Amino acid sequence: MTAAAPAPSPTITAPAPSKPTVSPYEYDARERSAIDASTRGPVLFFFGNAILWLLLASVLGFIASVQLHSPGFLADIPFLTYGRIWPAYTNTMIYGWASLSGMGVAIWLLARLCRVSIKLPGVLVAGAIFWQIGLTVGIIGILAGKTTGLEGLEIPRGSAALMLFGYLLFGLWGALIFGFRKQTLTFVSVWYLMAAIFWFPWTFATAHFGVALPNVHGVMQSLVASWATQNVLNLWLTSIGLAAAYYLIPKVINRPIHSYNLASIGFWTFLLVSGLTGALRLSGGPIPAWVVSLSISSTILLLVQIATVSANLVLTMRGQLHMVYHSPTIRFTFFGVIAFMISGVVAVLASLRSVDRVLHFTLFQSAQMHLVVYAFFSMVMFGAMYYILPRLVGCEWLSSSMIRFHFLGAAYGGGLLIITTALGGIATGSALADPEVIFSQINEVGSFYYIGRSLAWVLIFIAHLMFGLHFLLMLLRIGQPGGEPTLFDIHDEEAH
Amino acid sequence: MNRPVYLFAGIIGSFALSCYALVLVPQQQIGSLQPQFGDDEGKIVDIYPIDNQGVVKAGRDVYASEGCVYCHSQQVRDEQNGSDLARSWGERRTVARDYLFENPPLLGSMRLGPDLANVGSSKWRDEPADEDPNFKPAKRDAAWQLLHLYAPRTIMKDSGMPPYRYLFERRKISGQRSDEALKLTGDDAPEPGYEIVPKPEAKALVSYLLSLDRSHPLNEVKSAAPAPAAK
Repeated sequence: MTAAAPAPSPTITAPAPSKPTVSPYEYDARERSAIDASTRGPVLFFFGNAILWLLLASVLGFIASVQLHSPGFLADIPFLTYGRIWPAYTNTMIYGWASLSGMGVAIWLLARLCRVSIKLPGVLVAGAIFWQIGLTVGIIGILAGKTTGLEGLEIPRGSAALMLFGYLLFGLWGALIFGFRKQTLTFVSVWYLMAAIFWFPWTFATAHFGVALPNVHGVMQSLVASWATQNVLNLWLTSIGLAAAYYLIPKVINRPIHSYNLASIGFWTFLLVSGLTGALRLSGGPIPAWVVSLSISSTILLLVQIATVSANLVLTMRGQLHMVYHSPTIRFTFFGVIAFMISGVVAVLASLRSVDRVLHFTLFQSAQMHLVVYAFFSMVMFGAMYYILPRLVGCEWLSSSMIRFHFLGAAYGGGLLIITTALGGIATGSALADPEVIFSQINEVGSFYYIGRSLAWVLIFIAHLMFGLHFLLMLLRIGQPGGEPTLFDIHDEEAH
Repeated sequence: MNRPVYLFAGIIGSFALSCYALVLVPQQQIGSLQPQFGDDEGKIVDIYPIDNQGVVKAGRDVYASEGCVYCHSQQVRDEQNGSDLARSWGERRTVARDYLFENPPLLGSMRLGPDLANVGSSKWRDEPADEDPNFKPAKRDAAWQLLHLYAPRTIMKDSGMPPYRYLFERRKISGQRSDEALKLTGDDAPEPGYEIVPKPEAKALVSYLLSLDRSHPLNEVKSAAPAPAAK
């Protein structure tokens, strides 16, 4: 169905590696624009919906944050109480914003890197619709108190089935694009994308339907849930985030990846061990100790991947670091890569038993989640959208100050959120570790940091509103004429 | 690496490994657990844990749907892994067997409030520790639990818990005041002629909380204190 792209014109029928009759540059440009035209509909649909979910997540995150320092806030409205808002927030963030934006970026990258035009793009749109019907029903269910009650797998099973069906349409099309590729398998991004596309449905289906099996009971369900949650963060979101970073940085810098071998070592380490880190969430808990030990050692081994990926991307940037000042794509993406490095090191430190005993049941866990999902993944997705959108709608972003404003809000807001959450976790964790400190004192210690979190959420929300507005303007084709990328310094002659 | 067959072998192999190590092997280990039968000269005298039904189960559903688990854990770690035992949240660490009949288990991953693994145990109920001395209750019984659900801050200054007023009903006193009516004072008290009574959800939730007792000795774990007599 999704056959290889027909060449844009009859004169260009030769496969990629051989010499086309027109100049290679013109050939590539024409092919690219044909591919971009085929991905326009679904990718814009994924992005637009993802941004709506992001705005919803920002509101939910803000409410949940306020409720920590003012417990009475909205407490009389059952569906807005903390115990329901918090799971609704995490699911909206991960399955609404992060997964949909990730799928949009994945489709666009695959089509570009495999040099395939998408046939029947409506199937992808249908996939996104099914996914979101499932997710919407699931989130409403959580808010209405119809959660499964299993932390990490709160979405009711019926909704999860709808989401999975929607996903399979997306995954099938992703696999077909790969199957009809006209390019050898040389792109690091493609490895990561294929890993993400195949891993996600397995882990999602195994988790949601595995816990329903009659002999999977008690703490085993918790272990499956934390395994699945960790897989979604690692092998789904991190894979797509790295695929985008591995594409965007070399592309905008206009230089190949520093080392193919480093990338290869990193990828295989990642594939081997990142699926084994899931039991960390139950460290110290009522599960066999060897499972936790396995996850701790896997987390430490994962440093190999973090180091190789970071070294590779930073070395690719060497001498071109000033691009951070000019290119919005690079600024967001590079921020994400730095956050990825930090998240890896923090994960190792926090996994050690001596540290974990203090930080385990605190907000530090949430800080780590936000480091991966927001500071790394979301920032890379923003960077990718700044790169991809002009190529789909044919005009450039209207205003560099709006982009700058978005970056400042997201970077400072996200940074403040993560730092206050982490410090709050450390402070309350140390208080918890001292049996002499009674619980109400622990809350007093925490509330200072909780107020900082709420301030951070205000910044983040404003930044996201700004981004949403800018995105809307792009959809309406209100922007600068195409051809000249919107750089932060418009007098700069540097290429995008 | 340029051959897709290696890539797909890697993806499938890594998933199989992950699933095997973190799901299948632990399932073998945990899935075969049975309750512990305490026997006295061949006669079975007690079984632990038991599968609670009825109002306790209904209360458990309230606990799950209100998302109590996002602030309260129900797992006690040993001395090496935290201060749980020193905080008298339990007499021993909890193990997989404690959760045998819990679908889903409400282990929790956050302690914005105290651990509730043994809230119904006689020790936690009758000898309140871990409390503000000025607010120290005589007993943390059902009446205390209901009051705490309705207005946490009347019982614990600076409590971070939201008041669950919607689990209660404010109604006009007709005839005699209900036995179940909360004994509220100050700003939280209803106007004269009215009373606050728990809805069935609140009563079920409190039944569930008071059923939480994981102090029963188990063969696989050492209890800190000598085993208490069976209830």
